Order: sequence, then structure tokens, then C-alpha cells
Amino acid sequence: MANVFASIGDWVNERAPGLMPVYRKHMTEYYAPKNFNLWYYFGSLALLVLVNQIVTGIFLTMNYDPSAAGAFDSVQYIMRDVEWGWLIRYMHTTGASLFFVVVFLHMFRGIMYGSFKKPRELVWLLGMLIFLVLMAEAFMGYVLPWGNMSFWGAKVIVSLFGTIPKIGPALQEWIMGDFLPADATLNRFFALHVIALPIVLLLLVVLHLAALHEVGSNNPDGVDVKHGPKGNRWDALKPADGIPFHPYYTVKDLVGVGFFLLIAAFIIFFAPTFGGWFLEHDNSIAANNLVTPAQIKPVWYFTAFYAIVRMIPSAFGTAVWGVIGMFGSIALLFALPWIDAGPVKSIRYRGTGYKVALTIFVVAFLCLMAIGMDLTDEYFPKLFGAGIDITLWDNVFGRIMTLTYFGFFVFLWLYTHLGWEKTKPVPERVTTHD
Amino acid sequence: MTKPTLLKRLFPAFALSLGLLLAGQPAAHAEDDGQLMASGANIRDQASLQRGARLFFNYCVGCHSLKYLRYSRMADDLGLTEQQVMQNLDFTGAKFDDPVISHMPAEDAAKWFGKAPPDLSLEVSAKGADYIYTYLNTFYLDPKSPIGWNNTTLPNAAMPFPLWELQGEQTAVTRPGSDEVEKLELAHPGKLTPGEYQQATRDLVNFLEYVSEPAALQRHHYGVWVLLFLALFTLLAYLLKKEYWKDVH
Repeated sequence: MANVFASIGDWVNERAPGLMPVYRKHMTEYYAPKNFNLWYYFGSLALLVLVNQIVTGIFLTMNYDPSAAGAFDSVQYIMRDVEWGWLIRYMHTTGASLFFVVVFLHMFRGIMYGSFKKPRELVWLLGMLIFLVLMAEAFMGYVLPWGNMSFWGAKVIVSLFGTIPKIGPALQEWIMGDFLPADATLNRFFALHVIALPIVLLLLVVLHLAALHEVGSNNPDGVDVKHGPKGNRWDALKPADGIPFHPYYTVKDLVGVGFFLLIAAFIIFFAPTFGGWFLEHDNSIAANNLVTPAQIKPVWYFTAFYAIVRMIPSAFGTAVWGVIGMFGSIALLFALPWIDAGPVKSIRYRGTGYKVALTIFVVAFLCLMAIGMDLTDEYFPKLFGAGIDITLWDNVFGRIMTLTYFGFFVFLWLYTHLGWEKTKPVPERVTTHD
Repeated sequence: MTKPTLLKRLFPAFALSLGLLLAGQPAAHAEDDGQLMASGANIRDQASLQRGARLFFNYCVGCHSLKYLRYSRMADDLGLTEQQVMQNLDFTGAKFDDPVISHMPAEDAAKWFGKAPPDLSLEVSAKGADYIYTYLNTFYLDPKSPIGWNNTTLPNAAMPFPLWELQGEQTAVTRPGSDEVEKLELAHPGKLTPGEYQQATRDLVNFLEYVSEPAALQRHHYGVWVLLFLALFTLLAYLLKKEYWKDVH
């Protein structure tokens, strides 16, 4: 048996001698720092979820009907009549939400350990592009079941483009192909969701990994192992603190995959709607342009950005400022490598000001999420009395959090460009591994 | 082993805050203002599902369809034979594999009630079991309503009260000097005692919860085994990782 495999291997190598060197470069001879911690699981998990979305998506496509007349019924057909259709659909819907969970954590890891800093700016930019495309992909996928929340969510999100002065209304119509989300909208969102955006996403993921493997991985100490001493057990010229990605990190990531699948399976089998967070109750009602849901709000992973739109008031006769604010909040993340000029990468050796600012930034982001989810409408009266003016409280709180979000970037620029940061000495070599 | 760093300490706080955010349930069912009674529905109680199905097909299917449910699927899931279903529950002449469609023409119904009776296939997913349970327990006689009935959970509901002969007739006790309903009193008892009626509506809501997602029965059945398998897989992966990593210092 082993002989058969070896001879097949030889046969392929003779004809494609470039394949094994590529495999070695990215797997067995890709030397990753040996001190990755918990935060380094989320990259491989994002890849796992991407594969899950594509595979389950293919099977959903076989039974889904992308028409305004048939979409809602076809989802119920999948849930009831297609063999294992319910499992495939729940894997896809749960995967969508967990995609954002792992991507948010992956991005936070990058910010915290300075993984976006030189020489990894390109890795960060490609990653941010992935995030942007992922948001578009998720939004269009959310519209496809053609429930009432899909319909009204689509209407609200597309109407954001309608706030652009002069061209807005025409642009909005052009996007939808109608005056309201309708059959034409659903057809094109389906095409974009199952073909166009996944191809772009896959290309960007390949580039993201290729760019990473050119410069090598960062680590929790922010020490560049490529600049450290050379020579390890496998290669005298490679970093002393590096270990081959395969098998060391493949087996380690397998443990992360196990834990992740446990959580995912628990949700899929016992709480697929996740109390209305992953699958909203109003989406059990078919799209109806005459009946507005009591609250129109996006799915949880968009709520922080949606809150920023809501919190920025109209001025000079246009509401476009909120939309500019929302896109600005993402654009600032793109610019992070140039906003944060601190010489030290990892939060472990950065100034106290940075640690405090990052903590406040995370709190502000979570508070914006809570506002976008309308949790504040529910909890403010409970906390501060039923008599309070909830709109006023929401606006004041939301605007403070919006300012805090943007303030983080302003502070970071001042803090690192004006030399206010007092850093700790960075060690020569990585300090820990588990 | 790793010495604890600031970030190791930060992570639980971060995970916890995210968890708290996710754990708070959204004000999911729009009508829920904290006044709903707990339905206590449990779709694993097959006897209750069977009783609920009997109530549905005797009292509800005249107006309401379950267009996403087939008689045959229901027979499988509720432990009923084809003969039992066709003789006792199929009053419309539908075939065994057909979906449950009411015979009432939607156009006429819209004329008679002002609104066609909605399909109830996904009613529990949309509104919640507690909401429907409460709704079925809060009908009262209202001479001012054109149909003679009103409901405190859904004021001015277009639906007459089909279960009146079971529950009896409730009347409203209003607050002095206003129309606001303070509580409902059972003026004329029906065939069932209040306790029996609550159990009957619990069964009915339970059946509707099953109808909104028949796959839930399969989910619960397979879920435990999937989790056990994954726990074993994770343990083996962990041991494998430890074996490989024992020479990394």
C-alpha cells in the first residue's frame, strides 16, 4: 500500500516538480513562532467556517428558490422535506454568526499584538478587505430567506445609500432594481451571494495567507523570530524560536477545532435561533411590504456599525453623515497601521495609556452593539426608572460611545506620533509557550 | 506552562462581556410586555402532542391551515398510524401525503372576519408558545365587539373564541371609571375545569410548537450523540497535541 502511494507521489512529482516545494513552504517548512496562545486559534477557525459556509451553501442552493414568490416556501421545504435539510440550513445560519464571532476575535488579536504593524500592513489590509466583503456577503445572505425581517432589513440597509445627496435615490433604485426590495432584488442578491462574493472572498483569503507567509507570523510577544537567533532542530538557517506549522500547529489547531465544533454543535442542535439572535422571530413571517415589524434592526454582528448610523444626526439638510460615520468607522480600521505609529507591537510591552485606551475601545464597541440591538431600550428603564426619556438617554449614551469609538483612533495617533507612549523593554526572544 | 499575562487575564473578561451580551434575550416577541403566562409546552411529550393535534383538528382546522405540515409527517412524528390519522384527524378528504389545508376559502373568510385566518404553521416561531397560550386563555365576552368576543392579549382580535364550550365564558372586570380590563372572571363554566382547560391549551400550543419546527424532534435526538462524539474527538486531539508538543521547549 505504502508503495502505491509512493509511486503515485513520484509520478506527480515528475510531472509537477513545483508542487512539493509549495507544500513545504506553507506547511512543513513554514516556521511559526512557538509561543502562540489562545488568540491564535481564530484564524484557522475562520477558514473552517468559510469551508462550512461554502459546502452547506452548495447544498442549500440545490433546493432554494431565489424568487420572491417561492423563496420563503423553499426554505420551509428545506427545513421539512429535504433529507437532513434542517441540519444543513442550521449549519449555514449558525456558521454565519460564528463567522463574525471568530473574525471579530481574530481582528482584536491583530490589534492587541500589533500584527498589523510593519512589515505586516498588507496582511492587515487584505484582512480588512475580507471583513468588508464578508459584511456584504452576510447582508445579502440574510435577505435570501425572504422573511419579513429580511425584507425590511434589506429596505433599511439599501436606503442608507439613498441618503447620498443627488445620486442617492437613483442609486437605491439601481441597487434594488425596483422601488422596493422585490423579485429583481432577490435574484441579484442570490447571484452575488452564491457566486460573485464567495469568489472574491476566496481570492482574498488566498492573498491574505500568501502575504502572511511572505513576512511570517507575529506572536504574543511581538518579537520578530526572523530577526532572532537562527538554527532549530529542523533547519540550521531558520529561526530558533520557530516550529514547523505542520505538524505542530495543525495538531494544535485541531484541538481548537474540537472545542469550536462543540460550541457550534450545541447551538445547531439545541438553540439554533439562539434566542432570536441568530434567526429572528419576525423572519418566520413571510416578507410583507404592508406590515412593518415592531422593531427593524440588523442581525447582531452589524449592530455596532448600525448604532453609529443612528447616533449621528442629520445636518445641512442631509442624513448622509451617519452613513459616512459608519463607513468611516471601518475606514479607520483600514488605516490602523498608519494611525498607530508605536514602535512596540505587543500590548505586553506597550504603555499603560494604550492598554487603558484599548479596553475602553472594546467597551465602547460592545455598548454600541447593545444600542444597535435595542438592548438599551429594554434595560435603561429597568436600571434608571420607567419614567426616563428613553430616546434622550439612548442618544446621549450612544453619542458618547460613538465619540469614544472614534476618539480611540485620535488618541492612538496623538499617543504614538507625539511620543507620549512609555513602553517597556521588549525581550530579545519569545518568552513563553504553552 | 505559561505565566499569566495581562491578556490572559483580559480574555475571560472579554469573553464574559460578549457572553452576557449574547445571553440577554432580545425583546423577541414584540407583543411580550412581561404579561405572558408560561405555556410549559414540551414537544417531547408525545401524548400531549397527540391531544393537541386532536384539539387542532376538531376546533381550528375549519379556518386555519398548516400548509407546511403533511398528514403523513405528523403521523410519523406523533406515533400515529395512517388509519388513525385518516379516520380521526383528516376531515377535508386530503390524501395522506397532502399538507393540512383548511377548506375555508380565504376570500370569503376575509369578508366574514375582516381578515383571512392566518396559516399557523410557523405561528409559534413567529410569536412564541407563551404568547399563543396566553392568547387562548384571555378571551372574554364583550358586547361592544361585533363578534361578541374580545381578548386582552390581542385587543380587538378578529377571531371569535372557538374553544368557548371547553373553557366557558369569561367576563372582564374593568377598573372603576375606565375601560381598562383589570382581570377576567369565569362567568359560566364550560365542559372543562379551569385546570383541564389550561392543560388542553398547553397541549394545543405544544402541537403548534411541534408544527413550527418538526425537525426539533430530530435535533434533540441526534444532538446528544454529536456532542458526545465531539467531546471524544476533542480529547483525542488534545492528547495528540500533547504528544507532538512534548519536545517543544
